[in-house]
Amino acid sequence: MARSDVQLMLGVKAGDDTSFELLLQRYRRPLINFLYRMVRDSASAEDLAQEVFLRVYRARKDYAPNAKFTTWLFRIATNLALNAIRDGRHRQLDISIDQPLEYGEEQPMIEVRDKAPVIEQQLIERDRAAMIRQAVDALPEKQRAAVLLHKYVDLDYAEIARILDCSESALKSLLFRAYEALRVELAPLVAPNSFSVNSGRISRA
Amino acid sequence: MNCERMERRLLDYVDGRTSESERHVVEAHLEECGACRARARGFQSVWGILDELPEHEPSFAFDARLQARLAAEPARTSFWTWLVPAPRMALALTLLAIGSVWLSTRPVSTVSQPSAAVVANAETDFGMIKDLPVLENYDVLSSFDALSQLPGQQPPAND
Repeated sequence: MARSDVQLMLGVKAGDDTSFELLLQRYRRPLINFLYRMVRDSASAEDLAQEVFLRVYRARKDYAPNAKFTTWLFRIATNLALNAIRDGRHRQLDISIDQPLEYGEEQPMIEVRDKAPVIEQQLIERDRAAMIRQAVDALPEKQRAAVLLHKYVDLDYAEIARILDCSESALKSLLFRAYEALRVELAPLVAPNSFSVNSGRISRA
Repeated sequence: MNCERMERRLLDYVDGRTSESERHVVEAHLEECGACRARARGFQSVWGILDELPEHEPSFAFDARLQARLAAEPARTSFWTWLVPAPRMALALTLLAIGSVWLSTRPVSTVSQPSAAVVANAETDFGMIKDLPVLENYDVLSSFDALSQLPGQQPPAND
């Protein structure tokens, strides 16, 4: 049976570096992706992820299992990401909705005749992915962090509120505004009649 | 339930965090309110569409770089950190022991080694120096001539 995060972290605290390797393997991907979606740049996201893991490692002696490990991990990550964005070090140019998509500009137009259906499908998929990304990128940082933690990390409202340093009520307002903005931005991508009342919570990564 | 209170519960409903009883309350409201139904539909779609958000695959360099940085961390608890100072201490003590032994044996070896040849020569020299005043004294040497006249010590006859 796999050891829990807390068991592994207590192992790290006791000087077992193998436990740290296991934690690293477990969380490097979701953490890097969270940071990538926050700072919108892969190199910066990896730099910040390294910093997060180093901070966790440096703080191992003081670790006390009174909070969920992921709450602690993503609180460090969120603070670093928000600081980095506010410092402007990782801020890229804001892309407006009217601006042509990067992906579209890179497409070779010559081959359209032979492989028209395939490329057309690829263009649609890329445009769709780019549009989703733009809609998420356009959210204010704190709303973006709330959505990313809510959607992709297995955390409840209280834990996300703790990460974002706000009340649970304030978090729900934050999430409501974020999903409302996404609903408007992503409306063109929604297939008609796709809503079912009884669908439950989608499983998370 | 009014629409304002509904706002707070809609997300819980969409991501499946509501209890069974609360879910029935929400669904009853959605049946009669077109605006909330449209919003719930929109939230549900957004929730599904976010699964398509592009991911970033961690680069090959990420792990190697992180390992290097972790290894460079001070006081990383490891078996080797306890072992490494021991050879240094052992080496220092060995060098000290060798040095002190060498220093203590050095005077003995320098005196005893040349004794056989050099001391014999020194005794010969000392004998010559001791005889020197006698050899240089003319009176003593001239008195040796009288010894030649002793009987049995006749010089050979010159024919």
